[in-house]
Amino acid sequence: MTRSRFRLDTDVLARVAGAASIVILLAVVEILLRTGMLNVYVMPLPSAVLGSFGRLFMEEHLLRRFLLTFAEALAAGLLVAVVGVAVGAALYRWKLLRAAIETWVAAFAAAPLVLAYPLFMVIFGRSALTIIMLGFLAGIAPVILKTVEGLAGVRPTLLNVGRAFKLNGRALFWKVQFPAAVPTIFVGIRLSLIFSLINVVGLEFLINFGGLGQLINELAEQYDLPGTFAAICFVVIVSVVFFVAVERLERWLRPT
Amino acid sequence: MKSGAVAKAALAAEPSGSPTSALAIQNLSMRFETSEGPVTAVDDMSFDVPVGSFVSLIGPSGCGKSTVFNIVGGLLTGHAGSVRVGAETVAGPHRAIGMVFQEESTFPWRTVIDNVAFPLEISGIGRDERHEQARHFINMVGLHGFERRYPSELSGGMRQRVAIARTLAFQPSILLMDEPFAALDEQTRLLLGDKILQIQQDLKQTTMLITHNITEAVQLSDRIVVMTYRPGKVKRIIDVDLPRPRTSEVITSTAFGAYVAEVWNDLREEASRGMADAESASQMRPSRRS
Repeated sequence: MTRSRFRLDTDVLARVAGAASIVILLAVVEILLRTGMLNVYVMPLPSAVLGSFGRLFMEEHLLRRFLLTFAEALAAGLLVAVVGVAVGAALYRWKLLRAAIETWVAAFAAAPLVLAYPLFMVIFGRSALTIIMLGFLAGIAPVILKTVEGLAGVRPTLLNVGRAFKLNGRALFWKVQFPAAVPTIFVGIRLSLIFSLINVVGLEFLINFGGLGQLINELAEQYDLPGTFAAICFVVIVSVVFFVAVERLERWLRPT
Repeated sequence: MKSGAVAKAALAAEPSGSPTSALAIQNLSMRFETSEGPVTAVDDMSFDVPVGSFVSLIGPSGCGKSTVFNIVGGLLTGHAGSVRVGAETVAGPHRAIGMVFQEESTFPWRTVIDNVAFPLEISGIGRDERHEQARHFINMVGLHGFERRYPSELSGGMRQRVAIARTLAFQPSILLMDEPFAALDEQTRLLLGDKILQIQQDLKQTTMLITHNITEAVQLSDRIVVMTYRPGKVKRIIDVDLPRPRTSEVITSTAFGAYVAEVWNDLREEASRGMADAESASQMRPSRRS
């Protein structure tokens, strides 16, 4: 009883401390700016950033832009997960294919794909589809690599249990191998979503199309520093929502 | 070569493949190709597991016990000789054989009840029905109240009991276990031995246990097959004539001590050979300091 209360207390304490550290950091920045130790033309006042939220909602359709960026990132993320796991499973299944292209996939992960955006614009036009496709391709590699790693790393004993129960190949995959690999696959999905989101927002910014990225671009061009930082805060919120959603999904798929 | 003669005599007493045997192993040999040439892991082994009996296969580490386990379970092929269940030859996992592994083998993403219900789920039994049946086997291994827990919340001994219940739920006619208690401490091992004895007596479960633990083998078995060290052969077959039903209390009896001494007499020479082998192998390895 006392022990569980103690644990609850530390949990609450951690959250309070986490929130407090952000408030303190912002307060310090505010003080440094107001005392002139930091330049207000480089860094906006945190209070001004908070104050600009209302204006962005009213004048810049912040909610609509937020939802658009969210939808693009979600589409890219779903494509990444579905295609990435499928390609990863294929690479695991066909050893020759894996030997042939796994290194290329790894190299692909490091490529600054966003620089190829003109090509995507030629193919898909200046549209959300361009943004989704680039976000998808930029994020695909980690899921593929982690899927291969996860499936290959399943303990042989677990597979033998399945075999001893006379599972055929397909049942063995879906009932034993895949669930056993889920934690590793989700490490890949989390990494991939980060890459995808960065590229989605980055491309919105670059081609001046769509949601939050475009808003950041416009506000920056207007030298509206508080507005720019406020829009960046919303990108962070998108990423937090994704992180929490993926965590929930993983717990649902593989409770431990 | 004396030991071979004894083994042959024991075999003659119980003709292999008799109608009362659930499992008949005949002239089983297995060779592996290694970088240092072919190695014979199992050499011409023959023994029977009679219906309803408990047979232990005991031998020193590295004698090929696990190879026999994998061949009988159908996970390893390429052997010479035969493994038969009734009239059928084992060539791949067999419906009549349920395996319990030495290593941790519960599915961490499933609760205790869903682990135990796994073989029932595969055979297409509905959720309520399979949970009902799974509960029966969970109670049997003494895990009542832990149905909704995940393996990570259980001790090693409890997880191994989940694995045993899961295999029992498969309702195999032969339960095949590979050192299921090897990772557990001695006291837990004795108590789990009691559980196994009780289950075996309740279900009249034909069981083959692979082990290197002499007390465990004598505590549980009707018959002990002693193996030689490399290549693995049948050195001797000992029928254990201790009263049934049995509990772990049997280990305090004089007869128990006599059987332990008898098995150790046979094993000692084999175990020393194994140890000498391991020592010379480590001497051959270049020292790290040089």
